[in-house]
Amino acid sequence: MRAFVLRKIFNRANPDMRVIIFVLTAVAAVSMLFGVGLGPVKVAPVTVAKILMSRVPMIGGAIQQTWTQLDQNIVLGLRLPRVCLGMVVGASLAVIGVTMQALVRNHLADPFILGVSSGAAAIATLGMLFGVFAFLGEYSLSISAFIGAAVTIIFVYTISRVHGRINITQLLLSGVAISMIMDGVTRIITLSAPNALGLHNATFWMSGSLAGAKWGYLTLPLIVLLICMTVLMINYRGLNLLLLGEESAGALGVDVRFLQKALVLVASLMAGVTIAVSGSIGFVGLMVPHFTRLLVGGDHRKVLPISALLGGVLVVWVDVAARMLLAPEEMPVGILTAIIGGPLFIFLLKRKSKE
Amino acid sequence: MRLQIENMTFSYGDRKAIDDICLNVKEGEFVGLIGPNGSGKSTVLKNLYRALSPDKGTVTFDGENLFALSHKKAALKLGVVGQENDVPFDFLVEEIVAMGRSPHKKFFDFDTEQDKNIVRHALEHLGMEAMAKRNYLHLSGGEKQRVIIARVVAQETDFLLLDEPTNHLDISYQLQIFDFVKRLGVTVLSAIHDLNMAALYCDRIYVLKDGKVILRGTPEEVLTPRNIFDVYGVRSDISVHPATGKVAITYLPEALGGAKHSTTP
Repeated sequence: MRAFVLRKIFNRANPDMRVIIFVLTAVAAVSMLFGVGLGPVKVAPVTVAKILMSRVPMIGGAIQQTWTQLDQNIVLGLRLPRVCLGMVVGASLAVIGVTMQALVRNHLADPFILGVSSGAAAIATLGMLFGVFAFLGEYSLSISAFIGAAVTIIFVYTISRVHGRINITQLLLSGVAISMIMDGVTRIITLSAPNALGLHNATFWMSGSLAGAKWGYLTLPLIVLLICMTVLMINYRGLNLLLLGEESAGALGVDVRFLQKALVLVASLMAGVTIAVSGSIGFVGLMVPHFTRLLVGGDHRKVLPISALLGGVLVVWVDVAARMLLAPEEMPVGILTAIIGGPLFIFLLKRKSKE
Repeated sequence: MRLQIENMTFSYGDRKAIDDICLNVKEGEFVGLIGPNGSGKSTVLKNLYRALSPDKGTVTFDGENLFALSHKKAALKLGVVGQENDVPFDFLVEEIVAMGRSPHKKFFDFDTEQDKNIVRHALEHLGMEAMAKRNYLHLSGGEKQRVIIARVVAQETDFLLLDEPTNHLDISYQLQIFDFVKRLGVTVLSAIHDLNMAALYCDRIYVLKDGKVILRGTPEEVLTPRNIFDVYGVRSDISVHPATGKVAITYLPEALGGAKHSTTP
């Protein structure tokens, strides 16, 4: 009976979207609750829930304080911003993956694999160490990462287009080449860094980690995620049609050139602000859309919101693992996602070449 | 006059792919574009559905400049079946067909009950209703092509541009697809590879060679042994088949002594 109900909801041919979204939102909430509690110092999920409730206006006063001040500081000051950032970063990375895959019409596109992360990191490091973009103030890191991401996407896209089509070999090779070039540039910039403190910050940031998350880090990525999600959801038909190919999309009423430019902009904007707060966390944009499509098929109206939720949940849990595995040492999240995502990438590549 | 092309020229780089093409299609006609490989059939169609944009020339569609229409408006008037039918992503047959409804949709519009009916009817017309929930990736070539035709049916335009819609299909699918298009009763401009197919279905034929229109007229006027030899370099015998009343072409290959056949020039 239970299997029947499950099959009815998670049925590829006719998934019950309302139930799936509800279940995933619940999973995301529970993940955040556990994610906040887990770490070198553990706080029980019930206590976490109470601490959070006590902060809610109106009903907060009714909650008896049964926890220590230390717990409260850990939950509110350290873990909660980190978990929230994990949700936003994970969701953004997954949605960037979906966007780039529609743009190049290929499953294997991911900001990390195609060198977009490296490009963003290179320009961002330049800003960080030499203050090139200091005149942009508070957002200089995000804006420089955005510029790096945009330049890389345009490069990779232009190089891999042969006779108006994206050639998969060219795409992956140009991704590899550009990420090597950009990593080299980053190396040169860090080696010639004028001050040691900046260098330390840059190295820590580049390793791809959510440690050191502050509430202030959250605003920009969250706003950008919401805006970009809205833009993408409005254009979900266009994204679907792009997967048919440029000519078919054009014949079905899509202004292909315009939509492609919009997608480049959306993907680089999200990549820029995400990478600015978390460094480069690879393969989330590859893994999450893949599993989402297995669950609900290729329709972007379903793929976009579900990828965002799954991406958030994935990064929250991988981040928990990152701070638990070698506790009290921190492990960069990027290393863990690479260990999980790399084999999946190879599997997809093998399957692709069989077809 | 539904579609009028005047002096259309297009080059890929230095190579002129089509050169000073003039062509017209009247209401309700089925017009065929034939010619050897690389003669520019696809290029003409691509310039019409704006996958390419011509270097020179004008295209008038229902009295308006076709290129001044927005992509969406054009998609409400012109349905296209191109040669690009691979979808490397996971979609159901009914989802692919439903994409034909997109030019009718504004931002934020979801698929209505009416759209679903149109999609269902389109699939029924092609005898594919049982496959609605199948994965498009796993279909055979002929089935995919029928899905694409169903998509253009769901698009509900009364003018179709078809680019060799029966390429690589076996003969039963070829006849089925052309029969189906004919039954729709819409105006059609189609590139056709197979001369016998062109003879069976076209009201008029344009023959392209090296990017130029070299012949035009009814199948009876155009498909003569001399013309076929001039264009393709192949000897043939032409008869009007008693059952179809249409021109039927029999090719006379060299190996079977075709060169010596009496009716060839």
